[in-house]
Amino acid sequence: MQDKDFIGKDIVSIRELSNEEIEHILQTAKKMVDIARGKRVVKPLEGKILGTAFFEPSTRTRLSFESAMLRLGGKCLGFSEATTTSVAKGETLADTVRMLASYSDVIVIRHKYEGAARLAAEFSDKPVINAGDGAGQHPTQTLLDLFTMKEKLGKLEDINVALIGDLKYGRTVHSLAHALAKFNANLYFVAPETLQMPDHIIGPLEEMGAKTQKFNALEEVIESCDVFYMTRIQRERFPDIQEYNKVAGIFRLDARMLERAKKHAIVMHPLPRVNEISPDVDATKHAMYFEQAFNGVPVRMALLLLLLGGEMDA
Amino acid sequence: MRELKITPIVKGTVIDHIPAGMGLKVLKVLGLDVQEIKYTVSLGIHVRSNKLGWKDILKIEERELKKSEVDKIALIAPGATISIIEKGEVKEKIKASLPKRAKGIMKCPNPNCISNTGEPVEHDFILVSEKPVKYRCKYCERMLEDVLKNII
Repeated sequence: MQDKDFIGKDIVSIRELSNEEIEHILQTAKKMVDIARGKRVVKPLEGKILGTAFFEPSTRTRLSFESAMLRLGGKCLGFSEATTTSVAKGETLADTVRMLASYSDVIVIRHKYEGAARLAAEFSDKPVINAGDGAGQHPTQTLLDLFTMKEKLGKLEDINVALIGDLKYGRTVHSLAHALAKFNANLYFVAPETLQMPDHIIGPLEEMGAKTQKFNALEEVIESCDVFYMTRIQRERFPDIQEYNKVAGIFRLDARMLERAKKHAIVMHPLPRVNEISPDVDATKHAMYFEQAFNGVPVRMALLLLLLGGEMDA
Repeated sequence: MRELKITPIVKGTVIDHIPAGMGLKVLKVLGLDVQEIKYTVSLGIHVRSNKLGWKDILKIEERELKKSEVDKIALIAPGATISIIEKGEVKEKIKASLPKRAKGIMKCPNPNCISNTGEPVEHDFILVSEKPVKYRCKYCERMLEDVLKNII
């Protein structure tokens, strides 16, 4: 696998990336860390423009893409809500994308409808990166999650990963479970019965040879996991506030519980968090969620650099 | 009493070996509007078959099928044989097999799929499994299991 194999490619779904391609992106991201922190200044993408089409609001994803492009010497243009664009006048996504493609060199899109990024890629003659399409895919989140695990644990193969919280509706955990299955990780699904990982997701994972297990309490996996991947349980999923409070209490991680965890175990969260991780975890060496959020920058730098064929000086 | 049978046709298409009971569905997806058409269509329902026990058979005179129509038949009646008849002879015989790509012949049932929002694209599916029949939407990547219900 070489850098040039990525030039002009679209990043729409994690499903389409081979393990080799994922490894190559993660290796490139590793080289970006110092630049992302501002310790080194480079301009491999000078003169290139990133077009950001955020039809849905986003803070972390949009800012980290912009930061990534700026750190590589490129520039950004775009919009962060659909109401100020011609979409509000009834323009199709296909037309908006064709327009944006003519003004930029690479496009990042977030949209409320599933499959929007695939459609954008069809109509754009520039590479398209999916930054989340409705309940569908969010491949750059998955890549930064994998990057965080690989950096901290040294490998992705055979690690024990607990996905915790809302596993039914959370797109992040669906993509992540798929990617981890590709690397033969062991998957523990920890969720209340009503929010458990759906069978239509588990079925294909098991067909890929993944070892999966369901649990209904965090306590049951606390000693055996390398990664605790926490997600937010949304209040509106529960008709009854008491029921929500009960569930939220069971799937909450605190520093005392982590005393029983493996020494090297890490706690991750796609953020924003609400109550599912106690603030007392922040000070422990297990807390990895802020570093995970930072990792969005080097991973997105790696993608921009590879898709645009930017060359780093040695 | 004289037995009335469907007679052989001279020119047109014969769709044979349709699983018994599916003949009307085949007729429906072909969109043959009897008020409009100027040719004869004969449908045999529950006909004896050496191969299947019972089958349905459809004969359409003076008409050849388009590729998209053959694909639709394959979705409803995989294994059906489609014979193009000219001058009373079989000119071509096609076995209906599930299309690897089903474009513009089924709709995605996911209301949040971009292909349902008025964009200038056709519904597009990729065959994932033949038994049971499963297609994945190219756009939202959701699995479509109820093929019959979603044929356009």
